[in-house]
Amino acid sequence: MAQVELHEIAHSYLRKPKGESDYALKRIHNIWDDGGAYALLGPSGCGKTTLLNIISGLITPTKGRVLFNGKDITSLPPEQRNIAQVFQFPVLYDTMTVFDNLAFPLRNRGVHRREIIQRVHEVADILDLTPFLKNRAAGLDASAKQKVSLGRGLVRSDVAAILFDEPLTVIDPHMKWQLRRKLKQIHEQLNLTFIYVTHDQVEALTFADKVVVMCEGEIIQIGTPEDLFETPEHTFVGYFIGSPGMNFLPCTLEGNIARVDDVGIPLDEETAALGHKAQGKMELGIRPSYVQLRSKQEEGSIPARIRAVEDQGNFKIVVLSLPGKTLWAKVPEGRPVPEGKAWLVFPKEKLRLFADGRLVR
Amino acid sequence: MEKWDNNKAWFLVLPVFAIVAFSAVIPLMTVVNYSVQDIFGPGQRVFVGAEWFKATLADRRLHEALWRQFLFSGLVLLIEMPLGVMIALAMPKRGWGVSFSLVTLALPLLIPWNVIGTIWLIFTRPDIGLFGSIINSMGIAFDHTASPLDAWITLMLMEVWHWTPLVALLAYAGLRAIPEVYYQAAKIDGASAWATFRYIQLPKMRGVLTIALLLRFMDSFLIYAEPFVLTGGGPGNSTTFLSIYLVKLAVGQFDLGPAAAFSIIYFLIVLALCFVFYQVLQNVGRGEKA
Repeated sequence: MAQVELHEIAHSYLRKPKGESDYALKRIHNIWDDGGAYALLGPSGCGKTTLLNIISGLITPTKGRVLFNGKDITSLPPEQRNIAQVFQFPVLYDTMTVFDNLAFPLRNRGVHRREIIQRVHEVADILDLTPFLKNRAAGLDASAKQKVSLGRGLVRSDVAAILFDEPLTVIDPHMKWQLRRKLKQIHEQLNLTFIYVTHDQVEALTFADKVVVMCEGEIIQIGTPEDLFETPEHTFVGYFIGSPGMNFLPCTLEGNIARVDDVGIPLDEETAALGHKAQGKMELGIRPSYVQLRSKQEEGSIPARIRAVEDQGNFKIVVLSLPGKTLWAKVPEGRPVPEGKAWLVFPKEKLRLFADGRLVR
Repeated sequence: MEKWDNNKAWFLVLPVFAIVAFSAVIPLMTVVNYSVQDIFGPGQRVFVGAEWFKATLADRRLHEALWRQFLFSGLVLLIEMPLGVMIALAMPKRGWGVSFSLVTLALPLLIPWNVIGTIWLIFTRPDIGLFGSIINSMGIAFDHTASPLDAWITLMLMEVWHWTPLVALLAYAGLRAIPEVYYQAAKIDGASAWATFRYIQLPKMRGVLTIALLLRFMDSFLIYAEPFVLTGGGPGNSTTFLSIYLVKLAVGQFDLGPAAAFSIIYFLIVLALCFVFYQVLQNVGRGEKA
């Protein structure tokens, strides 16, 4: 069991970093609760894996400290931290049997034979690997291999946190769902801290209690999947989460009205008041599923041309064009879509206002 | 799609067929032809059947040369394989040291074989050779022209110096091909350096080590130029290996028939042993445990 605390972490792969841009991780400062299931989400190259390797001890950060349960472990090597890591590609000792693979971390730590047998069988049971224990690890399929690498982490009784580095990348789509469920189950059963790196938002949102969105070496937002969807703190989160991502419209404020080009969109008083206090370039954001389409003009509605309608089965994605920009609307199946031209209505409570990319609040 | 049948396509195989015929099949068949005939001179030949084979198989000197050859190849493999792997493990993984050690290691491989023999011939001479004179001045009598043991020591030193780099380079290539995550996983699993070697590095190097072993076995089993230059097969017959004996037979005594029979037997031994090595190495650590 461990609470992981990252204290002012920054990391550069260069020996003598000069400017801000030399840092793969700029400033990470936060606490990961014991027993939480976290997903680290972000585009490739945003520093997710670097952060994970700092927690596991494979990388020593250029600056800052890592604390487990309040104890500084920044300088401890990986084997002395109570963590396990599952990598993108299954890492197996392929000359060994599944049993020997699972027993390997225990044997290295000089655990008694009887306990090894007991622990390996327990873990094999949890992971449904019991029938394969005597098989050679090299002959397994990818998802079983990945389970073996997870098992090598679970088998240690001292393990407090398990780190996953895009573990489902090489798994067949139909097995992905199963394996993800298995992970979720194990998390509930064993109550370990799970930190899961991925660039797949579906994976992150379904797996984690808390999603940590990263971009360019910084944590942009930590929140539940619902938080990220409803109130993204940054336009990046709005854009990255959801498919298609949030719509953004540059605007100016006039009282309780946000003016987009020459159309006024009413805002609620609170948002407008906050907006007047904020500085910088204003943008209005709305999720495609909250954009409503009308066939007639209404108060505060914006005219738009319908460029395309993509039928996705249980909903339609309507591509709308406004002068100079494109918007997306997600319309549930069965709801009529006007032809050619539509009037867009943005419900007040679903509109978010951003100043220089940051949510105003 | 309609099935397309055109036997002219076979012509495309002809060039390869011709090259292989001239480079391997025809020379080999010439040797087979010689091995079943007694040749007195141009146009004077008698078919003798398997007689040369029988005589060759019963040749006591050939038996001695064969055992000598096995001992030599066995020692070569026992020394060069582990030593090569150790060198590869000790080599730097990044920085300028990589190119430096690669070039340094490759140097002995670039020297022509008979030059190697000459270098060591001079190097170990008791009167003017650096190695030979130092050893002798320390009070240890060392002369590869007089003592069979000294001749063997010199040969082994030369062979190890010459060919261990090849094993090291191959092993190094194999090591570099192992993804970093394996080491990371091993670290997290708390594996010792030995366990990392035994369960990650060694299994992952199996492919290149198989090649290294086969190359080293074949080369050392066919060794000719170096002992020919260094000792000429002596002192006595103590360094007369198979190929040296074969050349004595074929060129020195002009016994073409027996030499041809000998060549075929020699070839079959090498072929059979390589096959066995290959099979064993392919299957090692692969069989399913019940």
